[in-house]
Amino acid sequence: MDQGTRYDVLIIGAGVVGNAIARELSKYKLKIGVLEKELDVGMGTSSRNSGVIHSGIHYKPGTLRAKLNVLGNSMFERLCRELKVKMSYIGKLTVAQEDSEIKSLYELKEQGEANGVPGLQILKRDEMEKLQPGVGGILALYSPSTGIVCPYTFTIRLAESAFRNGVSFWLGKKVVAIEKRFDTFLVKTQDGETFTSRVLINSAGLYSDQICRLLGIEEYKIYPCRGEYLILDKRLGHHLKTLVYPAPHHGKAGLGIHLTKTVDGNILIGPSNEYVNSPEEYATTREIMEVLLKEGKELLPDLETSDVIRSFCGLRAKQTPPEVGGFRDFVIEHRKEIKGFINLLGIESPGLTSAPAIALTVKDLLEEVLTLEEREDFLSELPGFTGYFSELSYEEKMDLISKEKDYGQIVCRCEGITKKEVIDAIQNPLGVKTLSSLRYRARVMMGRCQGGFCLPRIVEILTKEFGFRPEDFLLHREGSYLFTGNVR
Amino acid sequence: MKREVVVIGGGPAGLAAAISAKRAGARDVLIVERDKRLGGILNQCIHDGFGLHRFKEALSGPEYAKRFIERLDAEGVEYMLDTMVTKLGRDKTLELSSAKGLKRIEAKAVVLAMGCRERTQGAIMLPGTRPSGIYTAGQAQNLINLQNIMVGKRAVVLGSGDIGLIMARRLLLEGCEVVGVYEILPYPSGLPRNIQQCLLDYGIPLHLSTTVVEVHGERRLTGVSVAKVDPNRRPLPNTTSFIPCDTLLLSVGLIPENELSREAGVEIEPMTGGPLVDDTLMTSLEGIFACGNVLQVHDLVDHVSEESELAGLFGARFSEGELRPLGEYTSIRPGPGIRYCLPQRVSRERDFFLSLRVKEPMRDKKIVLLDENRKRLIQKSFPRLHPAVMVRLKVMVEKIAKAKGLEVRVE
Repeated sequence: MDQGTRYDVLIIGAGVVGNAIARELSKYKLKIGVLEKELDVGMGTSSRNSGVIHSGIHYKPGTLRAKLNVLGNSMFERLCRELKVKMSYIGKLTVAQEDSEIKSLYELKEQGEANGVPGLQILKRDEMEKLQPGVGGILALYSPSTGIVCPYTFTIRLAESAFRNGVSFWLGKKVVAIEKRFDTFLVKTQDGETFTSRVLINSAGLYSDQICRLLGIEEYKIYPCRGEYLILDKRLGHHLKTLVYPAPHHGKAGLGIHLTKTVDGNILIGPSNEYVNSPEEYATTREIMEVLLKEGKELLPDLETSDVIRSFCGLRAKQTPPEVGGFRDFVIEHRKEIKGFINLLGIESPGLTSAPAIALTVKDLLEEVLTLEEREDFLSELPGFTGYFSELSYEEKMDLISKEKDYGQIVCRCEGITKKEVIDAIQNPLGVKTLSSLRYRARVMMGRCQGGFCLPRIVEILTKEFGFRPEDFLLHREGSYLFTGNVR
Repeated sequence: MKREVVVIGGGPAGLAAAISAKRAGARDVLIVERDKRLGGILNQCIHDGFGLHRFKEALSGPEYAKRFIERLDAEGVEYMLDTMVTKLGRDKTLELSSAKGLKRIEAKAVVLAMGCRERTQGAIMLPGTRPSGIYTAGQAQNLINLQNIMVGKRAVVLGSGDIGLIMARRLLLEGCEVVGVYEILPYPSGLPRNIQQCLLDYGIPLHLSTTVVEVHGERRLTGVSVAKVDPNRRPLPNTTSFIPCDTLLLSVGLIPENELSREAGVEIEPMTGGPLVDDTLMTSLEGIFACGNVLQVHDLVDHVSEESELAGLFGARFSEGELRPLGEYTSIRPGPGIRYCLPQRVSRERDFFLSLRVKEPMRDKKIVLLDENRKRLIQKSFPRLHPAVMVRLKVMVEKIAKAKGLEVRVE
């Protein structure tokens, strides 16, 4: 590696926040590096959430969460267009089930309006029914600016755009020590390398308190809080025209179990809400799965147990311990006593929505340390098309196959993913070679058969066309090998 | 492009259907196969036991397929490889995708022969982490038998479906330690002969009423927790134990692959997961027939071939205008002791095969076909009945000629 180079900015953590910052800062003449402990970007909370672009009704006026949510929401459409990421403002109904909840709807509306959320309306039964046939409840708050996006595609494309604009991504680099020597940060990684930079940005998510401690900042503690989900077959996707959330209950840490439609047409049931002991605790549990299925069946009577295609969970980086609960505002600060250390902490929901706005805030803080000069050659657009080949028209497909025959070969039958898309994914600009990287980039192994059909085909492509040996296949993390060798 | 009969899928069902359609006189018959060779799942089934009924020989999967492929070539049936049907319309138009481009085909008759897929970790809602080392039995079979890739060193098999049993033995033969096969039901799901030849003969333990309740490991699988279950399949507290292993094979059921059929509007029967059919194996859509594992999951390929030949024959007759869809029909419904039966509707104009599975293992019972007045039309004694073993009864039309409603039950 280029050990000699000193970065202007080093970012720890390639989640959606770190990548949004990297991309925003790549508009300026800066030497930027991103350190990520996992083998791919967005492997933590960024890929394990509902994928909702929140409107901003839920947060107290004047807080960073309120301000950055509303600003971030308004930036999404353009950003997704540039990054070729599917998104949709499908709106949301926050539904009161009984009279006692009606007041909270009006309070939410007032709060949302104070935050600058556009288009909020209180809807009666018949109007609710028009937006979402069959919806329960007696009254609802409608927020048209609520949207959905694929959170991992968005996170990956932010990184790819940053990379295209010169940002270096260092994957598999876990930070174990940080030292500040004069005006330079020396950042040591587990494999014994040292990276140097003038500015250090902590966007380590669930590990952000640990990064703080490496610099002697002891005042923060992150309490991981698990949200489990079930993913349902696309068969049911058409049921959901808009998002439907329960009215808020006092003192609860999440937004309540609800159904969320994904941009790809699946439905998520979740998230649950339990504090866990470690930021590595990604196991799903029988108890929660049963609760989710039961609640899901109440919300969606058509749901069969056989519609569940997968379960997963994510962890919220909460600053409040279980006995306190609730929320605390985002921490986004330039630590003046450690000049050049920009600290982001407790970016739980609405972190995904706020990410583009957080990046702008960080840019402003950076100007306290560095002089920023805009580049003229910034590339805002990523190449390619938005979505998947299978979503194109017959004519567009014909045209692409005539140029590139691998578009005609379907590798994943559930999602209709082509060989060309798999090959593009394995040749991703960040150089990630895990199977989960293919899953997140090409959507293979994501459908109802979960790779039953396409995994062997993908293994064949990687073996024959990319020279993979059996030992080279990793699922997601270091040590997650798939195969033990040849049979004979 | 136009074809008389288009068969979707070139596995055992598709091959038999296409040959039969051609022999029945259909002018042009086309198989569309998404893999690079014909034969489907048979290609990875290198064990023997195929064809015992049909050829009175124990063939391997590829050998069984070869006999059909040779006949297919001799009959001059056209086929496309590496080609996926991406859309099927109720008007029997198909959209195809291959490296050569997209194609639209109009068919006079369509035979659905897409087979089935395996249930996954997600589908059975297996709790725990998401490490590497968890495979469906069929995935492992493909990797080991077709790609020379070994999946692990110490394996647990969850579920006692036939592929799981076959793969337990296969792993053992390739030097992998097989800790045991765990089945949530109080009886095995696979064929008795596979229990004997794959487990008992090799000393692999079979644990009934036991299941995996959690998987462990953040990177590679490090082990599974297993527990006994009560009669409602709920894990019993204080019976959980940890088994270290690096591989978990899942053999927890097969699901007919009916996405194309569903999109076309074919009515699906919840109990089989396959199309609702009449005694010509025509689905609820005129001119669209179904056979093999896309219709119902079979345990013997010999039965798949037999069933598919009928679908091919009737497909050909429909394409020639010699077969009308059912006007009036008689329903057959599953009665006590029967999980499902098929066809669900019959014309009372022709003989047919009644396929069925019982709900649980039983000894010395009769399968009885009753009419609407509880009159016994057919009965057959069985020393043993088992859900893993499909029962196929030939029903002669004269036996049911007057019936207005039919029920099949165990007595």
